[in-house]
Amino acid sequence: MNPRTAAGLSARIDAIYRTESRRILATLIRLLGDFDQAEEAMHEAFAAAVEQWASDGIPDNPRAWLVSTGRFKFIDKLRRRTRFDTLTPELVRLQDDARSNDPAASELDGLEDDRLRLIFTCCHPALSTDAQVALTLREICDLTTEEIARSYLAAPSTLAQRIVRAKAKIKRARIPYEVPSPAELPDRLEAVLRVVYLVFNEGYAASSGDTLTRQDLSGEAIRLGRLLAELLPDPDVLGLLALMLFHEARRAARTDDTGELVRLEDQDRKLWDNATIAEANTLLDRAFAGQRIGAYTLQAAIIGVHANTATAADTDWNQIIALYDLLLRLQPSPIVQLNRAAAVSMRDGPQAGLALLDALATDEALATFHPYHAARAELLRQLGDPAAADHAYVQALHYVSQTVERRFLEKRRESLQLAGTKPLRPG
Amino acid sequence: MKYLCFGHMAETRWTEMSAAERQTMMAACHAYDEELKHGGHFLRGEALQPADSAVTVRWHNGEAVVTDGPYAETREQLGGLLLLEARDMNHAIQLISNHPGVRLCGPFEIRPLDEAFPEGFCDSMADTAITNQ
Repeated sequence: MNPRTAAGLSARIDAIYRTESRRILATLIRLLGDFDQAEEAMHEAFAAAVEQWASDGIPDNPRAWLVSTGRFKFIDKLRRRTRFDTLTPELVRLQDDARSNDPAASELDGLEDDRLRLIFTCCHPALSTDAQVALTLREICDLTTEEIARSYLAAPSTLAQRIVRAKAKIKRARIPYEVPSPAELPDRLEAVLRVVYLVFNEGYAASSGDTLTRQDLSGEAIRLGRLLAELLPDPDVLGLLALMLFHEARRAARTDDTGELVRLEDQDRKLWDNATIAEANTLLDRAFAGQRIGAYTLQAAIIGVHANTATAADTDWNQIIALYDLLLRLQPSPIVQLNRAAAVSMRDGPQAGLALLDALATDEALATFHPYHAARAELLRQLGDPAAADHAYVQALHYVSQTVERRFLEKRRESLQLAGTKPLRPG
Repeated sequence: MKYLCFGHMAETRWTEMSAAERQTMMAACHAYDEELKHGGHFLRGEALQPADSAVTVRWHNGEAVVTDGPYAETREQLGGLLLLEARDMNHAIQLISNHPGVRLCGPFEIRPLDEAFPEGFCDSMADTAITNQ
Protein backbone atom coordinates (compact mmCIF):
# COMPACT_ATOMS: atom_id res chain seq x y z
CA MET A 1 0.00 0.00 0.00
CA ASN A 2 1.29 3.43 -0.91
CA PRO A 3 1.88 5.44 2.25
CA ARG A 4 1.73 8.66 0.23
CA THR A 5 -2.01 8.37 -0.28
CA ALA A 6 -4.28 9.25 2.62
CA ALA A 7 -5.76 5.74 2.74
CA GLY A 8 -2.30 4.20 2.60
CA LEU A 9 -1.04 6.35 5.46
CA SER A 10 -4.10 5.65 7.56
CA ALA A 11 -3.62 1.90 7.04
CA ARG A 12 0.06 2.18 8.05
CA ILE A 13 -0.83 4.11 11.18
CA ASP A 14 -3.48 1.54 12.07
CA ALA A 15 -0.90 -1.20 11.65
CA ILE A 16 1.59 0.69 13.82
CA TYR A 17 -1.11 1.17 16.44
CA ARG A 18 -1.82 -2.57 16.50
CA THR A 19 1.79 -3.66 16.83
CA GLU A 20 3.26 -0.78 18.84
CA SER A 21 0.58 0.90 20.94
CA ARG A 22 1.10 -1.33 24.02
CA ARG A 23 4.87 -0.80 23.89
CA ILE A 24 4.40 2.94 23.52
CA LEU A 25 1.86 3.04 26.35
CA ALA A 26 4.17 1.02 28.62
CA THR A 27 7.02 3.47 28.02
CA LEU A 28 4.82 6.54 28.42
CA ILE A 29 3.53 5.22 31.76
CA ARG A 30 7.14 5.04 32.92
CA LEU A 31 7.99 8.51 31.59
CA LEU A 32 4.83 10.26 32.77
CA GLY A 33 4.21 8.20 35.90
CA ASP A 34 0.48 7.95 35.34
CA PHE A 35 -1.68 5.42 33.47
CA ASP A 36 -4.41 7.82 32.35
CA GLN A 37 -2.07 10.63 31.31
CA ALA A 38 0.02 8.13 29.37
CA GLU A 39 -3.04 6.81 27.55
CA GLU A 40 -4.18 10.31 26.66
CA ALA A 41 -0.70 11.37 25.55
CA MET A 42 -0.42 8.29 23.36
CA HIS A 43 -3.72 9.03 21.63
CA GLU A 44 -2.66 12.62 21.06
CA ALA A 45 0.61 11.38 19.59
CA PHE A 46 -1.23 9.12 17.14
CA ALA A 47 -3.55 12.01 16.23
CA ALA A 48 -0.49 14.21 15.60
CA ALA A 49 1.04 11.45 13.47
CA VAL A 50 -1.97 11.48 11.13
CA GLU A 51 -1.34 15.16 10.35
CA GLN A 52 2.40 15.39 10.43
CA TRP A 53 3.27 12.17 8.63
CA ALA A 54 0.98 13.19 5.76
CA SER A 55 3.30 16.11 5.00
CA ASP A 56 6.66 14.91 6.36
CA GLY A 57 6.37 11.19 5.61
CA ILE A 58 6.63 8.36 8.11
CA PRO A 59 9.71 8.75 10.37
CA ASP A 60 12.43 6.09 10.39
CA ASN A 61 11.48 5.00 13.86
CA PRO A 62 7.73 5.58 14.29
CA ARG A 63 7.71 4.18 17.81
CA ALA A 64 10.38 6.61 19.07
CA TRP A 65 8.59 9.46 17.31
CA LEU A 66 5.29 8.56 18.97
CA VAL A 67 6.83 8.18 22.44
CA SER A 68 8.65 11.50 22.11
CA THR A 69 5.57 13.29 20.74
CA GLY A 70 3.39 11.83 23.48
CA ARG A 71 5.79 13.08 26.12
CA PHE A 72 5.91 16.60 24.64
CA LYS A 73 2.12 16.68 24.34
CA PHE A 74 1.95 15.91 28.05
CA ILE A 75 4.53 18.58 28.92
CA ASP A 76 2.60 21.09 26.83
CA LYS A 77 -0.55 20.28 28.72
CA LEU A 78 1.17 20.67 32.09
CA ARG A 79 2.60 24.01 30.92
CA ARG A 80 -0.80 25.27 29.87
CA ARG A 81 -2.16 24.33 33.27
CA THR A 82 0.72 25.76 35.28
CA ARG A 83 1.87 29.36 35.37
CA PHE A 84 5.43 29.67 34.15
CA ASP A 85 6.77 31.03 37.43
CA THR A 86 5.30 28.15 39.39
CA LEU A 87 6.90 25.30 37.49
CA THR A 88 6.19 22.14 39.38
CA PRO A 89 9.10 19.84 40.18
CA GLU A 90 7.30 17.28 38.04
CA LEU A 91 7.36 19.57 35.01
CA VAL A 92 10.99 20.51 35.58
CA ARG A 93 11.95 16.85 35.74
CA LEU A 94 10.02 16.00 32.60
CA GLN A 95 11.46 18.92 30.65
CA ASP A 96 14.99 18.14 31.77
CA ASP A 97 14.55 14.50 30.87
CA ALA A 98 13.16 15.40 27.49
CA ARG A 99 15.91 17.94 26.69
CA SER A 100 18.90 16.04 27.92
CA ASN A 101 18.15 12.91 25.95
CA ASP A 102 18.28 12.10 22.32
CA PRO A 103 14.70 10.88 22.10
CA ALA A 104 15.26 8.46 19.25
CA ALA A 105 17.84 6.47 21.18
CA SER A 106 17.21 6.85 24.89
CA GLU A 107 13.47 6.40 24.88
CA LEU A 108 13.91 3.00 23.34
CA ASP A 109 16.32 1.94 26.07
CA GLY A 110 14.75 -0.68 28.23
CA LEU A 111 11.63 -0.61 26.14
CA GLU A 112 11.06 -4.33 26.55
CA ASP A 113 11.49 -3.77 30.29
CA ASP A 114 8.65 -1.27 30.09
CA ARG A 115 6.32 -3.98 28.88
CA LEU A 116 7.39 -6.21 31.76
CA ARG A 117 6.97 -3.29 34.17
CA LEU A 118 3.43 -2.87 32.90
CA ILE A 119 2.66 -6.57 33.33
CA PHE A 120 4.07 -6.71 36.87
CA THR A 121 2.28 -3.52 37.88
CA CYS A 122 -1.08 -4.70 36.55
CA CYS A 123 -0.63 -8.00 38.44
CA HIS A 124 0.68 -6.44 41.66
CA PRO A 125 -0.39 -8.39 44.76
CA ALA A 126 -1.63 -5.15 46.36
CA LEU A 127 -4.52 -5.27 43.86
CA SER A 128 -7.42 -7.71 44.12
CA THR A 129 -7.43 -10.60 41.66
CA ASP A 130 -10.46 -9.13 39.88
CA ALA A 131 -8.66 -5.82 39.52
CA GLN A 132 -5.49 -7.54 38.29
CA VAL A 133 -7.46 -9.37 35.61
CA ALA A 134 -9.40 -6.27 34.50
CA LEU A 135 -6.31 -4.06 34.42
CA THR A 136 -4.29 -6.66 32.51
CA LEU A 137 -7.00 -7.04 29.86
CA ARG A 138 -7.44 -3.29 29.58
CA GLU A 139 -3.83 -2.08 29.61
CA ILE A 140 -1.83 -4.96 28.17
CA CYS A 141 -4.35 -6.63 25.87
CA ASP A 142 -6.03 -3.34 24.89
CA LEU A 143 -9.56 -4.70 25.29
CA THR A 144 -12.14 -2.00 25.86
CA THR A 145 -13.95 -1.83 29.19
CA GLU A 146 -17.11 -2.93 27.34
CA GLU A 147 -15.36 -5.95 25.86
CA ILE A 148 -14.03 -7.01 29.26
CA ALA A 149 -17.46 -6.51 30.84
CA ARG A 150 -19.07 -8.66 28.14
CA SER A 151 -16.49 -11.41 28.60
CA TYR A 152 -17.08 -11.53 32.33
CA LEU A 153 -20.85 -10.97 32.11
CA ALA A 154 -20.46 -7.89 34.29
CA ALA A 155 -21.87 -4.40 33.93
CA PRO A 156 -19.48 -2.06 32.06
CA SER A 157 -19.86 0.48 34.87
CA THR A 158 -18.67 -2.12 37.40
CA LEU A 159 -15.66 -2.95 35.26
CA ALA A 160 -14.87 0.71 34.63
CA GLN A 161 -15.00 1.43 38.34
CA ARG A 162 -12.77 -1.55 39.09
CA ILE A 163 -10.15 -0.26 36.64
CA VAL A 164 -10.37 3.33 37.87
CA ARG A 165 -9.94 2.18 41.48
CA ALA A 166 -6.98 -0.03 40.62
CA LYS A 167 -5.24 2.83 38.79
CA ALA A 168 -5.96 5.16 41.70
CA LYS A 169 -4.49 2.64 44.13
CA ILE A 170 -1.35 2.26 42.02
CA LYS A 171 -0.90 6.00 42.11
CA ARG A 172 -1.94 6.79 45.66
CA ALA A 173 -0.27 3.87 47.42
CA ARG A 174 2.73 4.46 45.16
CA ILE A 175 2.95 0.99 43.69
CA PRO A 176 6.14 1.32 41.69
CA TYR A 177 6.43 0.74 37.97
CA GLU A 178 9.21 -1.77 38.00
CA VAL A 179 10.30 -5.29 37.27
CA PRO A 180 10.66 -7.05 40.64
CA SER A 181 14.13 -7.75 42.01
CA PRO A 182 15.49 -11.28 41.49
CA ALA A 183 14.59 -12.13 45.11
CA GLU A 184 10.94 -11.15 44.62
CA LEU A 185 10.64 -12.39 41.05
CA PRO A 186 9.46 -15.98 41.67
CA ASP A 187 6.47 -14.89 43.82
CA ARG A 188 5.59 -11.98 41.62
CA LEU A 189 5.84 -14.04 38.44
CA GLU A 190 3.56 -16.63 40.00
CA ALA A 191 0.94 -13.88 40.48
CA VAL A 192 1.26 -12.87 36.81
CA LEU A 193 0.95 -16.46 35.61
CA ARG A 194 -2.08 -16.95 37.82
CA VAL A 195 -3.81 -13.98 36.14
CA VAL A 196 -2.93 -15.30 32.68
CA TYR A 197 -4.27 -18.78 33.53
CA LEU A 198 -7.43 -17.32 35.11
CA VAL A 199 -8.14 -15.41 31.91
CA PHE A 200 -7.47 -18.54 29.86
CA ASN A 201 -9.78 -20.69 31.97
CA GLU A 202 -12.54 -18.12 31.88
CA GLY A 203 -12.39 -18.35 28.11
CA TYR A 204 -11.90 -22.10 27.98
CA ALA A 205 -14.75 -22.98 30.33
CA ALA A 206 -17.19 -21.35 27.87
CA SER A 207 -19.99 -22.23 30.23
CA SER A 208 -22.38 -19.43 29.55
CA GLY A 209 -22.87 -16.30 27.59
CA ASP A 210 -21.42 -15.62 24.17
CA THR A 211 -19.10 -18.53 23.42
CA LEU A 212 -17.19 -16.59 20.79
CA THR A 213 -16.34 -13.70 23.09
CA ARG A 214 -15.11 -16.09 25.72
CA GLN A 215 -12.99 -17.94 23.20
CA ASP A 216 -11.35 -14.56 22.61
CA LEU A 217 -10.34 -14.54 26.26
CA SER A 218 -8.39 -17.77 25.76
CA GLY A 219 -6.78 -16.20 22.72
CA GLU A 220 -5.83 -13.14 24.77
CA ALA A 221 -4.35 -15.35 27.49
CA ILE A 222 -2.27 -17.22 24.91
CA ARG A 223 -1.09 -13.92 23.42
CA LEU A 224 -0.10 -12.81 26.93
CA GLY A 225 1.70 -16.11 27.43
CA ARG A 226 3.61 -15.63 24.17
CA LEU A 227 4.57 -12.09 25.17
CA LEU A 228 5.84 -13.30 28.53
CA ALA A 229 7.71 -16.19 26.89
CA GLU A 230 9.41 -13.64 24.67
CA LEU A 231 10.25 -11.15 27.44
CA LEU A 232 10.95 -13.54 30.32
CA PRO A 233 11.47 -17.12 29.11
CA ASP A 234 11.35 -18.62 32.58
CA PRO A 235 10.54 -22.38 32.66
CA ASP A 236 7.22 -21.69 34.42
CA VAL A 237 6.23 -19.23 31.69
CA LEU A 238 7.05 -21.75 28.97
CA GLY A 239 5.22 -24.46 30.91
CA LEU A 240 2.07 -22.35 31.24
CA LEU A 241 2.12 -21.43 27.56
CA ALA A 242 2.52 -25.12 26.65
CA LEU A 243 -0.36 -25.99 28.99
CA MET A 244 -2.66 -23.42 27.41
CA LEU A 245 -1.71 -24.49 23.88
CA PHE A 246 -2.33 -28.19 24.63
CA HIS A 247 -5.81 -27.26 25.88
CA GLU A 248 -6.41 -24.93 22.97
CA ALA A 249 -5.40 -27.60 20.44
CA ARG A 250 -8.33 -29.74 21.61
CA ARG A 251 -10.93 -26.96 21.47
CA ALA A 252 -12.72 -28.13 18.31
CA ALA A 253 -13.10 -31.65 19.72
CA ARG A 254 -14.33 -30.63 23.17
CA THR A 255 -17.93 -30.01 22.18
CA ASP A 256 -20.08 -31.76 19.60
CA ASP A 257 -22.23 -30.13 16.89
CA THR A 258 -24.95 -29.35 19.39
CA GLY A 259 -22.55 -27.72 21.85
CA GLU A 260 -22.56 -30.68 24.27
CA LEU A 261 -19.42 -31.60 26.17
CA VAL A 262 -17.30 -34.48 24.80
CA ARG A 263 -15.01 -36.23 27.29
CA LEU A 264 -11.32 -36.58 26.57
CA GLU A 265 -11.55 -40.32 25.90
CA ASP A 266 -14.45 -39.82 23.49
CA GLN A 267 -12.96 -36.92 21.52
CA ASP A 268 -12.25 -37.29 17.82
CA ARG A 269 -8.49 -36.85 17.90
CA LYS A 270 -8.40 -36.02 14.19
CA LEU A 271 -9.95 -32.70 15.20
CA TRP A 272 -6.99 -31.87 17.42
CA ASP A 273 -4.76 -29.15 16.04
CA ASN A 274 -1.39 -30.77 15.30
CA ALA A 275 0.49 -27.55 14.62
CA THR A 276 -0.50 -26.18 18.03
CA ILE A 277 0.42 -29.48 19.71
CA ALA A 278 3.83 -29.38 17.99
CA GLU A 279 4.40 -25.83 19.25
CA ALA A 280 3.40 -26.89 22.78
CA ASN A 281 5.77 -29.89 22.59
CA THR A 282 8.69 -27.62 21.73
CA LEU A 283 7.83 -25.26 24.60
CA LEU A 284 7.51 -28.17 26.99
CA ASP A 285 10.95 -29.47 26.01
CA ARG A 286 12.40 -26.02 26.71
CA ALA A 287 10.59 -25.86 30.06
CA PHE A 288 11.98 -29.26 31.09
CA ALA A 289 15.47 -28.16 30.09
CA GLY A 290 15.29 -25.42 32.78
CA GLN A 291 16.79 -25.54 36.24
CA ARG A 292 13.59 -26.45 38.03
CA ILE A 293 10.29 -27.99 37.04
CA GLY A 294 7.19 -26.04 38.09
CA ALA A 295 3.54 -27.00 38.52
CA TYR A 296 2.42 -25.54 35.18
CA THR A 297 5.10 -27.54 33.38
CA LEU A 298 3.97 -30.76 35.05
CA GLN A 299 0.32 -30.06 34.23
CA ALA A 300 1.35 -29.36 30.63
CA ALA A 301 3.31 -32.61 30.54
CA ILE A 302 0.23 -34.56 31.71
CA ILE A 303 -1.99 -33.06 29.02
CA GLY A 304 0.89 -33.47 26.61
CA VAL A 305 0.79 -37.23 27.10
CA HIS A 306 -2.85 -37.21 25.98
CA ALA A 307 -2.21 -34.76 23.16
CA ASN A 308 0.54 -36.94 21.72
CA THR A 309 -1.38 -40.24 21.92
CA ALA A 310 -3.28 -41.31 18.80
CA THR A 311 -6.09 -43.22 20.52
CA ALA A 312 -7.43 -43.11 24.07
CA ALA A 313 -6.67 -46.83 24.50
CA ASP A 314 -2.95 -46.22 23.90
CA THR A 315 -2.67 -43.70 26.76
CA ASP A 316 0.45 -44.25 28.88
CA TRP A 317 -1.21 -44.14 32.31
CA ASN A 318 2.02 -45.09 34.07
CA GLN A 319 3.64 -41.92 32.82
CA ILE A 320 0.60 -39.82 33.71
CA ILE A 321 0.47 -41.22 37.25
CA ALA A 322 4.22 -40.62 37.66
CA LEU A 323 3.71 -36.99 36.60
CA TYR A 324 0.82 -36.63 39.07
CA ASP A 325 3.09 -37.99 41.81
CA LEU A 326 5.61 -35.26 41.01
CA LEU A 327 2.87 -32.64 40.87
CA LEU A 328 1.57 -33.77 44.27
CA ARG A 329 4.97 -33.09 45.77
CA LEU A 330 4.86 -29.51 44.48
CA GLN A 331 1.15 -28.98 45.00
CA PRO A 332 -0.29 -31.37 47.58
CA SER A 333 -3.88 -30.37 46.80
CA PRO A 334 -6.98 -32.59 47.00
CA ILE A 335 -7.81 -31.71 43.39
CA VAL A 336 -4.51 -33.15 42.21
CA GLN A 337 -5.28 -36.22 44.36
CA LEU A 338 -8.64 -36.51 42.64
CA ASN A 339 -7.11 -36.34 39.16
CA ARG A 340 -4.46 -38.85 40.13
CA ALA A 341 -7.16 -41.21 41.42
CA ALA A 342 -8.95 -40.96 38.07
CA ALA A 343 -5.70 -41.88 36.29
CA VAL A 344 -5.15 -44.81 38.66
CA SER A 345 -8.66 -46.08 37.87
CA MET A 346 -7.74 -46.09 34.18
CA ARG A 347 -4.58 -48.13 34.83
CA ASP A 348 -5.63 -50.43 37.68
CA GLY A 349 -9.41 -50.53 37.25
CA PRO A 350 -12.41 -48.80 38.89
CA GLN A 351 -12.03 -50.56 42.26
CA ALA A 352 -8.54 -49.12 42.80
CA GLY A 353 -9.69 -45.65 41.73
CA LEU A 354 -12.76 -45.77 43.97
CA ALA A 355 -10.65 -46.78 46.99
CA LEU A 356 -8.50 -43.67 46.46
CA LEU A 357 -11.55 -41.44 46.01
CA ASP A 358 -13.24 -42.81 49.14
CA ALA A 359 -10.08 -42.10 51.11
CA LEU A 360 -10.57 -38.43 50.14
CA ALA A 361 -14.22 -38.39 51.31
CA THR A 362 -13.49 -36.35 54.43
CA ASP A 363 -11.88 -33.52 52.47
CA GLU A 364 -14.01 -30.40 52.84
CA ALA A 365 -12.99 -28.85 49.53
CA LEU A 366 -13.83 -31.98 47.56
CA ALA A 367 -17.19 -32.49 49.32
CA THR A 368 -18.64 -29.53 47.38
CA PHE A 369 -16.58 -30.06 44.21
CA HIS A 370 -18.80 -31.64 41.55
CA PRO A 371 -16.00 -33.39 39.62
CA TYR A 372 -15.30 -35.46 42.74
CA HIS A 373 -18.85 -36.79 42.87
CA ALA A 374 -19.00 -37.18 39.08
CA ALA A 375 -15.79 -39.25 39.15
CA ARG A 376 -17.22 -41.46 41.92
CA ALA A 377 -20.46 -41.86 39.95
CA GLU A 378 -18.58 -43.04 36.87
CA LEU A 379 -16.56 -45.59 38.85
CA LEU A 380 -19.62 -46.88 40.71
CA ARG A 381 -21.39 -47.25 37.37
CA GLN A 382 -18.49 -49.30 36.01
CA LEU A 383 -18.56 -51.44 39.13
CA GLY A 384 -22.24 -52.22 38.52
CA ASP A 385 -23.70 -50.31 41.48
CA PRO A 386 -26.32 -48.07 39.80
CA ALA A 387 -27.98 -47.06 43.09
CA ALA A 388 -24.77 -45.72 44.55
CA ALA A 389 -23.82 -44.20 41.18
CA ASP A 390 -27.19 -42.46 41.00
CA HIS A 391 -26.67 -41.02 44.47
CA ALA A 392 -23.23 -39.71 43.45
CA TYR A 393 -24.70 -38.13 40.28
CA VAL A 394 -27.31 -36.37 42.40
CA GLN A 395 -24.55 -34.94 44.59
CA ALA A 396 -22.55 -33.88 41.54
CA LEU A 397 -25.63 -32.16 40.10
CA HIS A 398 -26.17 -30.41 43.40
CA TYR A 399 -22.79 -28.68 43.16
CA VAL A 400 -22.39 -28.14 39.40
CA SER A 401 -22.93 -24.57 38.23
CA GLN A 402 -22.08 -24.63 34.54
CA THR A 403 -24.93 -25.28 32.15
CA VAL A 404 -23.04 -27.48 29.71
CA GLU A 405 -21.56 -29.62 32.46
CA ARG A 406 -24.96 -29.89 34.14
CA ARG A 407 -26.55 -31.17 30.93
CA PHE A 408 -23.71 -33.65 30.55
CA LEU A 409 -24.20 -35.00 34.08
CA GLU A 410 -27.96 -35.17 33.65
CA LYS A 411 -27.52 -37.27 30.51
CA ARG A 412 -25.09 -39.59 32.25
CA ARG A 413 -27.57 -40.02 35.07
CA GLU A 414 -30.45 -40.70 32.67
CA SER A 415 -28.45 -43.32 30.78
CA LEU A 416 -27.78 -45.01 34.11
CA GLN A 417 -31.51 -45.31 34.79
CA LEU A 418 -32.18 -46.62 31.27
CA ALA A 419 -29.47 -49.23 31.61
CA GLY A 420 -30.94 -50.55 34.84
CA THR A 421 -28.47 -52.64 36.75
CA LYS A 422 -26.42 -53.60 33.72
CA PRO A 423 -22.83 -52.42 34.14
CA LEU A 424 -21.72 -50.08 31.39
CA ARG A 425 -18.41 -49.71 29.69
CA PRO A 426 -16.96 -46.28 30.38
CA GLY A 427 -17.64 -43.58 27.82
CA MET B 1 6.23 8.32 51.19
CA LYS B 2 4.80 7.41 54.56
CA TYR B 3 3.13 4.12 55.28
CA LEU B 4 1.37 3.27 58.51
CA CYS B 5 1.72 -0.40 59.31
CA PHE B 6 -0.72 -2.17 61.61
CA GLY B 7 0.74 -5.23 63.28
CA HIS B 8 -1.85 -7.83 64.27
CA MET B 9 -1.60 -10.71 66.66
CA ALA B 10 -3.87 -13.37 68.08
CA GLU B 11 -3.88 -12.52 71.77
CA THR B 12 -4.02 -16.18 72.67
CA ARG B 13 -0.67 -16.46 70.94
CA TRP B 14 0.79 -13.89 73.33
CA THR B 15 -0.65 -15.51 76.44
CA GLU B 16 0.53 -18.94 75.30
CA MET B 17 4.11 -17.75 74.93
CA SER B 18 6.62 -18.51 77.64
CA ALA B 19 8.46 -15.62 79.25
CA ALA B 20 11.59 -16.57 77.35
CA GLU B 21 9.71 -16.63 74.03
CA ARG B 22 8.25 -13.20 74.72
CA GLN B 23 11.67 -11.86 75.50
CA THR B 24 13.12 -13.30 72.30
CA MET B 25 10.29 -11.82 70.29
CA MET B 26 10.57 -8.37 71.85
CA ALA B 27 14.34 -8.38 71.39
CA ALA B 28 13.96 -9.35 67.72
CA CYS B 29 11.40 -6.59 67.13
CA HIS B 30 13.51 -3.97 68.87
CA ALA B 31 16.60 -5.00 66.95
CA TYR B 32 14.68 -4.63 63.72
CA ASP B 33 13.37 -1.21 64.80
CA GLU B 34 16.99 -0.16 65.25
CA GLU B 35 17.80 -1.41 61.78
CA LEU B 36 14.87 0.59 60.37
CA LYS B 37 16.00 3.69 62.27
CA HIS B 38 19.48 3.26 60.90
CA GLY B 39 18.13 3.29 57.35
CA GLY B 40 15.96 6.33 58.08
CA HIS B 41 12.76 4.32 57.62
CA PHE B 42 11.48 4.30 61.19
CA LEU B 43 9.36 7.37 61.95
CA ARG B 44 7.47 6.06 64.92
CA GLY B 45 6.40 2.81 66.53
CA GLU B 46 3.96 2.02 69.31
CA ALA B 47 2.85 -1.14 71.09
CA LEU B 48 -0.79 -1.32 72.24
CA GLN B 49 -2.30 -2.74 75.41
CA PRO B 50 -4.45 -5.87 74.89
CA ALA B 51 -7.68 -5.44 72.91
CA ASP B 52 -9.82 -5.87 76.05
CA SER B 53 -8.49 -2.47 77.14
CA ALA B 54 -10.25 -0.93 74.15
CA VAL B 55 -13.36 1.23 74.14
CA THR B 56 -15.40 1.88 71.01
CA VAL B 57 -17.39 5.07 70.54
CA ARG B 58 -20.06 5.31 67.85
CA TRP B 59 -22.90 7.67 67.03
CA HIS B 60 -26.27 6.10 67.70
CA ASN B 61 -29.71 7.77 67.94
CA GLY B 62 -28.23 11.23 68.21
CA GLU B 63 -25.62 10.50 70.84
CA ALA B 64 -22.19 9.05 71.23
CA VAL B 65 -22.54 5.54 72.61
CA VAL B 66 -19.62 3.86 74.30
CA THR B 67 -19.15 0.11 74.24
CA ASP B 68 -16.36 -1.96 75.66
CA GLY B 69 -13.95 -3.86 73.47
CA PRO B 70 -12.43 -3.27 70.05
CA TYR B 71 -14.42 -2.12 67.01
CA ALA B 72 -13.84 -5.32 65.04
CA GLU B 73 -14.27 -8.64 66.83
CA THR B 74 -11.58 -10.61 65.08
CA ARG B 75 -9.31 -13.35 66.31
CA GLU B 76 -6.26 -11.29 65.47
CA GLN B 77 -6.24 -7.86 67.05
CA LEU B 78 -4.19 -4.75 66.49
CA GLY B 79 -1.10 -5.05 68.67
CA GLY B 80 1.22 -2.35 67.40
CA LEU B 81 1.69 0.50 64.98
CA LEU B 82 4.69 1.41 62.91
CA LEU B 83 5.02 4.55 60.82
CA LEU B 84 7.48 3.92 58.00
CA GLU B 85 9.20 6.13 55.48
CA ALA B 86 9.59 4.09 52.29
CA ARG B 87 10.37 4.77 48.66
CA ASP B 88 7.18 3.15 47.43
CA MET B 89 4.76 0.32 48.21
CA ASN B 90 7.21 -2.39 47.12
CA HIS B 91 9.81 -0.94 49.45
CA ALA B 92 7.29 -0.82 52.32
CA ILE B 93 6.30 -4.44 51.59
CA GLN B 94 9.95 -5.43 51.60
CA LEU B 95 10.63 -3.64 54.91
CA ILE B 96 7.62 -5.24 56.58
CA SER B 97 8.32 -8.68 55.11
CA ASN B 98 11.61 -8.66 56.99
CA HIS B 99 9.96 -7.57 60.25
CA PRO B 100 10.22 -10.37 62.83
CA GLY B 101 6.65 -9.55 63.90
CA VAL B 102 5.29 -10.98 60.65
CA ARG B 103 6.97 -14.29 61.43
CA LEU B 104 6.48 -14.33 65.20
CA CYS B 105 3.21 -12.45 65.83
CA GLY B 106 0.77 -12.09 62.96
CA PRO B 107 -0.22 -10.27 59.78
CA PHE B 108 0.69 -6.64 59.12
CA GLU B 109 -1.54 -4.29 57.16
CA ILE B 110 0.26 -1.55 55.24
CA ARG B 111 -1.63 1.67 54.56
CA PRO B 112 -0.20 4.57 52.60
CA LEU B 113 -0.90 7.89 54.30
CA ASP B 114 -3.20 10.22 52.42
CA GLU B 115 -1.02 12.87 50.85
CA ALA B 116 -4.04 15.10 50.35
CA PHE B 117 -3.77 16.02 54.02
CA PRO B 118 -1.94 19.28 54.76
CA GLU B 119 1.77 18.88 54.19
CA GLY B 120 3.69 18.24 57.36
CA PHE B 121 0.64 17.09 59.28
CA CYS B 122 2.19 13.73 60.01
CA ASP B 123 5.65 15.18 60.63
CA SER B 124 4.34 17.64 63.18
CA MET B 125 2.33 14.87 64.82
CA ALA B 126 5.46 12.74 65.10
CA ASP B 127 7.47 15.73 66.35
CA THR B 128 4.92 16.49 69.04
CA ALA B 129 4.96 12.90 70.10
CA ILE B 130 8.72 12.88 70.37
CA THR B 131 8.87 16.11 72.42
CA ASN B 132 6.15 14.80 74.72
CA GLN B 133 8.19 11.76 75.60
